[in-house]
Amino acid sequence: MINGVNRFVPDGMPAFVSSDAFKNKKRKLIAKKQKQSKTVFLNTIDSTFDLFDIHDGQCLSFHHHLRNGDEVIQKVCEVIANRNIKDLHFAPSSIFPSYTNMVDLIMNQNITRIHTNYLNGKVSKVISEGYLKNPLIMNTHGGRARSIESGELKIDVAFLACPVVDKNGNGTGSFGPTACGTLGYAISDLKYATKVVLVTDTIVDNLDEFQFDGAYVDAVVVVDSIGNSEGIVSGTTRLTRDPIGLKIAKDCANAINALGLIHEKFSMQTGAGKISLAVVKYIRDIMLETKITGDFGSGGITSSYVEMLNEGLFKELYDVQCFDLEAVKSYHDNLNHRAMSASEYGNPYENNPICDNLTFVILGATEVDLDFNVNVTTDSLGNIIGGSGGHADIAHGAEVTIIISPLFKSRIPIIKEKVTTVTTPGSDVDLLVTERGIAVNPNRIDLKERLKNSGLPIFEIRELYDIAHQITGVPRKIELSDEIIGYVEYRDGTIIDCLYKVKS
Amino acid sequence: MKIGTAGSKESNDCFVTVRESDKTDIIIDSVVAAFFYDQIKTTVEETLKEMKIENVIVTIEDKGALDYTIKSRLISAIKRMK
Amino acid sequence: MFRSLLFVPGNNPSMLQNADIFAADAIIFDLEDSVDITEKDNARQLVKHYLDDAVNHPSFIVVRVNPVDTEWFASDIELIQTNKVDFILLPKADVDSLNVLEEKLNDLENKYQLNPIKVLALTETTKSIIEVYKIAKHCRVEGILLGAEDLASELEIDRTNQGSEISFARSRVIFASTACQIIPIDTPNTNIEDEQNLLEDCLIAKSMGMKAKTAIHPSQLEIINKIFSPSQKEINWAKGVLKEQEKNIGKGAFSYQGKMIDKPLITKANNILKKASQYNIKR
Repeated sequence: MINGVNRFVPDGMPAFVSSDAFKNKKRKLIAKKQKQSKTVFLNTIDSTFDLFDIHDGQCLSFHHHLRNGDEVIQKVCEVIANRNIKDLHFAPSSIFPSYTNMVDLIMNQNITRIHTNYLNGKVSKVISEGYLKNPLIMNTHGGRARSIESGELKIDVAFLACPVVDKNGNGTGSFGPTACGTLGYAISDLKYATKVVLVTDTIVDNLDEFQFDGAYVDAVVVVDSIGNSEGIVSGTTRLTRDPIGLKIAKDCANAINALGLIHEKFSMQTGAGKISLAVVKYIRDIMLETKITGDFGSGGITSSYVEMLNEGLFKELYDVQCFDLEAVKSYHDNLNHRAMSASEYGNPYENNPICDNLTFVILGATEVDLDFNVNVTTDSLGNIIGGSGGHADIAHGAEVTIIISPLFKSRIPIIKEKVTTVTTPGSDVDLLVTERGIAVNPNRIDLKERLKNSGLPIFEIRELYDIAHQITGVPRKIELSDEIIGYVEYRDGTIIDCLYKVKS
Repeated sequence: MKIGTAGSKESNDCFVTVRESDKTDIIIDSVVAAFFYDQIKTTVEETLKEMKIENVIVTIEDKGALDYTIKSRLISAIKRMK
Repeated sequence: MFRSLLFVPGNNPSMLQNADIFAADAIIFDLEDSVDITEKDNARQLVKHYLDDAVNHPSFIVVRVNPVDTEWFASDIELIQTNKVDFILLPKADVDSLNVLEEKLNDLENKYQLNPIKVLALTETTKSIIEVYKIAKHCRVEGILLGAEDLASELEIDRTNQGSEISFARSRVIFASTACQIIPIDTPNTNIEDEQNLLEDCLIAKSMGMKAKTAIHPSQLEIINKIFSPSQKEINWAKGVLKEQEKNIGKGAFSYQGKMIDKPLITKANNILKKASQYNIKR
């Protein structure tokens, strides 16, 4: 059948209808776990497999807060390979290029199912080429929390990397040799997985403040190291010198200002990309000049937001994951730098999630189409190169959703007639800002009206599409195969698009 | 054997090598080949024709250059070969 | 006619293909100092095909050729055949080199039936600063750009942020240009990371009489445009003066805001409003 964004969905699968269709259904909650026994402390990950009888066909989950520095998922994969456990279901919140051990497990069918929010590197390559036995499910950060709490994604054992754990099994990420800040993506796993294992390299007597409550923790494994700190914090704090990026950022900030979105109660979220960082800088300049302070900043938090919190430009930060060391330090030191769970961040069924309180969000795109649908999941050839993360969650929640991107990247125009893969529906996307002009979603007559006298270059999206083609030439249309290798789930669990096999 | 090169492997540029040969051959290695292979090939063929050049092996290592960039790099490489 | 002119290296395809999107009033495609001597042919070829074939171009196109006494000059100047070039920026300009250029331009314009090409003279030697009035009087020259870096190097002095070492040269360029009713253009600020310094530099140049400034990075354009545009205060003053003039028709002089206004100030007011409307500045 054809879903609400005109995409094919196989019969029998729940098809996406609209971005607010979730309101027609009630929240479903399974019981939170009741721990029977005391937290056990172990020295090897291997011993947890015997203790919890981890066997063929089970579901194991992980979080990605240690990003490219994570060694926990690598170590669990080694145990699986040694024991040759088959047909496992993996549910990491994201998959990074350093998670190389998963590749062999997929090829040997030790792992045959995967749920995740974002993936790139070698794992995404082998999945794109069709080596995962069952379809890959890519959901959003908020959608993952929803599917765990509802029992749709049932986790047998959660292996949660945790920088510091105390003798009661409480855990925090705010300090220690592998400090990564908040652990927001793992909270649903902690509360709803049948068994929870914290993996740490630092044990202390007693934590006064913790994000992981030991009441949910069945076992703690103490290893030499859970991660390499160089890979944990990424991102650059240096302002880009790229003139195209700066031009986009400037026009974006000016559009936001012209729309009247910078006011005493405003809140914002941006990605951690170079252009986003520049937008944050320009917004800060506007706030300093107009002496306007906002309500909160949220997201993956970077040092730019920390600086604005410290300057009093925001009252609070809501942080699901820290992107750099300044953010980790601020989360540790500053009470107004608050942790939020993935559910509090973007679960459509959460009572008043943070994403619904955002004035505006600034997001990237691999492709945007004439209906404003956005793809951040695959490239234009269909290779998986990312995923929603919180993209679809905050695009729906925010009052104004802005996509920023160069009009073409190394000759490939970003605006397509139809995106290769729909990640975020066009109904939730309001503005596209490129270096050659801004397009406003025709649904948002109000925004178009407010930008009319701004002096900014406003175009129809089709005009920008034509401008790009005049410059680059018309790219050849790519035909995808018809072999489905996965599904993109919207935050409510419906299928917004399918993922198709690419040639190796 | 006469040989000429021009351009760079920076983004939006291309590196062109032209070699004398007994037949004409065009080899395109482009980051955007899936989308623009034919267009790049046509640009190279038309430029060779305009300059009345035959019997060369043209290698284009392309990082997303626009047609006029490819054309100008190719002309420079040919002139440098002479 | 200009507030800002942005230098774009001629051999950089990424910059060329986006040259039309920046806020510069004119783009200077550079074949000289930003191009390595081994790449002169490559840059010239790229700029030529960009001018011939690119879909979008900036509203004013300047090409900085290599100096007349170099082996590249003769080929560089042929770029005017594209009929897209509005100005040639001549480096190391003095009266002799301008005459060489003039002769060459006459030949090419006749040969290819081209529109007359205008010239901006880059004065960057002590000799050219001394004879700057003769340069300004040259029939082709529509503007003089001060090149302070080469000048400082010839004088064996350091450039400073506050720039007092170039005030003599600035004033020479400003006086000569203004006397000949052409535009004096200020030297670029090379501290591309320091916005505060750029701002102060622009304010000094403007206060001395410079009418425009060159940029070497697009991020400098916003400040340059702002400083070299009439300010809101100036616009308000000019409108007030002209309004008052209407009430005082027939009088040679009248008083506005406690100051005597006569012909030169009325001309100034008209110029401010003309400039404001040219750059579409809201009043």
